[in-house]
Amino acid sequence: MRRLIYLLPAVAFVALAAYFFVSLTRDPSVLPSAMINQPTPAFALAGLGDQPGLVRDEFAGQVVLINFFASWCIPCRTEHPLLMNLSRELSVPLYGIDYKDKPEDAARFLGELGDPYRRIGADREGRVGIDFGVYGVPETYVIDKTGRIRLRHVGPLTPADVARELAPLVKALQRS
Amino acid sequence: MIAELGHFALALALVLAIVQAVVPLYGASRGEPALMALAGSTAIAQFALVALAFAALAHAYVTSDFSLATVAENSHSTKPLLYKITGVWSNHEGSMVLWVLILTLFGAAVAWFGTGLPPDLRARVLAVQGMIGAGFFAFILFTSNPFLRLVPAPPDGQGMNPILQDLGLAIHPPFLYLGYVGFSVSFSFAVAALIEGRVDPAWARWVRPWTLAAWCALTIGIALGSWWAYYTLGWGGWWYWDPVENASFMPWLVGTALLHSAIVVEKRDALKTWTILLAIVTFALSLIGTFLVRSGVLTSVHAFAVDPARGAFILLLLIIAIGGPLILYAVRAPSLRGGGLFAPISREGALVLNNLLLATGAATVFIGTLYPLFLDAMGGDKVSVGFPFFNRTFVPLMVPLLIAMPFGPLLGWKRGDLLAASQRLMFAAGAVVAVVLLVLLFASPAAVLATLGLGLAAWIGAGSLVEWSERVQLFRTPFNDTLSRARHLPRAAYGMTLAHLGVAVTVAGIAASAWESERIELVRPGQSVAIAGYDLRLDKVESVEGPNYTADRGTVTVTRHGSLVAVMQPEKRFFPVQQTPTTFTAINTDLLSDLYVVLADGDGKGAWTLRVYQKPLVPWIWLGCGVMALGGLMSLSDRRWRVGAAVRRGRAPAGAAADD
Repeated sequence: MRRLIYLLPAVAFVALAAYFFVSLTRDPSVLPSAMINQPTPAFALAGLGDQPGLVRDEFAGQVVLINFFASWCIPCRTEHPLLMNLSRELSVPLYGIDYKDKPEDAARFLGELGDPYRRIGADREGRVGIDFGVYGVPETYVIDKTGRIRLRHVGPLTPADVARELAPLVKALQRS
Repeated sequence: MIAELGHFALALALVLAIVQAVVPLYGASRGEPALMALAGSTAIAQFALVALAFAALAHAYVTSDFSLATVAENSHSTKPLLYKITGVWSNHEGSMVLWVLILTLFGAAVAWFGTGLPPDLRARVLAVQGMIGAGFFAFILFTSNPFLRLVPAPPDGQGMNPILQDLGLAIHPPFLYLGYVGFSVSFSFAVAALIEGRVDPAWARWVRPWTLAAWCALTIGIALGSWWAYYTLGWGGWWYWDPVENASFMPWLVGTALLHSAIVVEKRDALKTWTILLAIVTFALSLIGTFLVRSGVLTSVHAFAVDPARGAFILLLLIIAIGGPLILYAVRAPSLRGGGLFAPISREGALVLNNLLLATGAATVFIGTLYPLFLDAMGGDKVSVGFPFFNRTFVPLMVPLLIAMPFGPLLGWKRGDLLAASQRLMFAAGAVVAVVLLVLLFASPAAVLATLGLGLAAWIGAGSLVEWSERVQLFRTPFNDTLSRARHLPRAAYGMTLAHLGVAVTVAGIAASAWESERIELVRPGQSVAIAGYDLRLDKVESVEGPNYTADRGTVTVTRHGSLVAVMQPEKRFFPVQQTPTTFTAINTDLLSDLYVVLADGDGKGAWTLRVYQKPLVPWIWLGCGVMALGGLMSLSDRRWRVGAAVRRGRAPAGAAADD
């Protein structure tokens, strides 16, 4: 019995290694989300300051991108220059959700680096983030015409991500 | 040509590492002195070879040799020389070369300083170091070759992420790696002890300095990382519970526990299997930290290599390097008999409490880091973990740890007297009351938790001083006697006092962040912003040309009651190669508080937004870490690590009982 206790660390490690192995077989940047092919969670968010807010139902019938960002997040800064051109390049509207952030900070962040979003909702408490299953900002979601989530990209988008997954998917969804 | 030489040196180092992993181990089991002694020369030769490879890579960066793929991808000819050098390790391939450079440095140091070790233990420790080295050399050579050539060579490089072009960040990885990799030595000692089936106080005495050295480096590395986040991000936060921060914090927590439990093994011959387990887990967490950052299991800014092939290789390494020793542990640990018995209220008992709380703290950080991903992978519920989780789980674990901290050193070994210890701590309790009253008098009393936090800092700080004054019999013997005691107190004792004072300083810095003030105003040159008694006047904003960026630089004159305090120059920089803007914060510190100024946008009509923060005691957060590391180094310089250590299984030398 006493011996078994000493076996515990090894057993715990086997479980961990198995989990790591499972994680590795997945594409690292596209975490399979329980939300894939699920309807977009309903939300109605206020805007930043006196800007208009963001409501889920207004997307109906079009393909859109939703980008979760925050002024306090470094990867968002890395991603930002790419977002500035993304909407035009893919001819798809890009909406922003400002995640767990002070609206003033977000406004300053966008004032400083430029505002790539058609409109922004302020998710101050991170409630909408929980509904989406956001792990950390930035995350980018592709929503199809029927309002279902079709792709979740975790972490900053790179030009390669856009060329490889985002652009083809958006084109295909727009044609359908 | 130089690059090929570096590549060849790495390959040769792999061969030597394999030899070192096999031959001395065989020699130790056969009792062949010549085979055992081989480990020393191979360890030193490996270090020389890796140093050569590192120099070759650095040469390629400094001379901007874009025919090397890593240089072309991560450097640029206009980059300042300093960042060309630090650029060597701010990418995946180069950072792995730095990793093995430090690994072999530690290996060589064990070979060099370990001549007093029993030859079989030294041979086995170095053999385990050789195994780790072999794994990582193979990883570099087969999946991340830094000397890969590009044909044809591009005319210029793609440049380095501007956020990484910063001195604090540039020197932070070497310290972090010194910490991570330094724990490989305690790990190798633990595995060697399991192979031998013998753990005794002499063993603990050999392990402790290596653990201390690694711990000091990791402390500095984490502090530098946090400081970097503080001044780079432009919002003044200093810890984000980001997965990568957590990856470095977990080995620190467990390493701290190891540092304390090894004392019990050394002094009391108890807690052996637990200490061995901690040594394995500390290094395992360091490896997992490397793995998490590099394999793409967790995504983050720091993740500069997302490549499943590398991930699979690292996972295999992890399974061998952690799974193997844990199985060895399951087989051998039950036969390791503990010696000293102790009552729950005793110094051993206090150290066990310390270990339990630190280990549980590390476990909550571990769960908080991996659980959200884990649930998502299982297709289960969606959770978001962040500050609220850690505030509710980690912080409540640390509070009792910090409260108990001053008691530990005041309790006797075997059986302590809690009442007597409490009486001695009356002074510390008085300090807490004084600090809380002062805060209530002078600061806004609304921040209850922060006030208690400052009280806690006072408790730890005063408690450490009480312990020191007990040792030197302050005010109880004539002053000359006290002075002589203070002079003869071992450095390890001062080390502990300093390190514990460092904790107090850091806790105070964290608690006081509740009182920061913030102003955001649109000002024209000549106008001022007032904050916390300071007056900040924006004199001008001008365009300046940096080596590889252009910037708007503001000049802000700070005065207090009319007298000049400082001239600060915050910048908004733009890096054309990467098309990325960054903020360059101006910080003016008097060590009691920081003034933190960010130049945000202009309105195009001559007015600029200034963001100004006044943050009381914030520098103490990192200052405290520095004091902790200094305490570690002080303890490391204690002469008892160098004398008397060769006496194996002998009784601890007289006087040793007075330390720690």
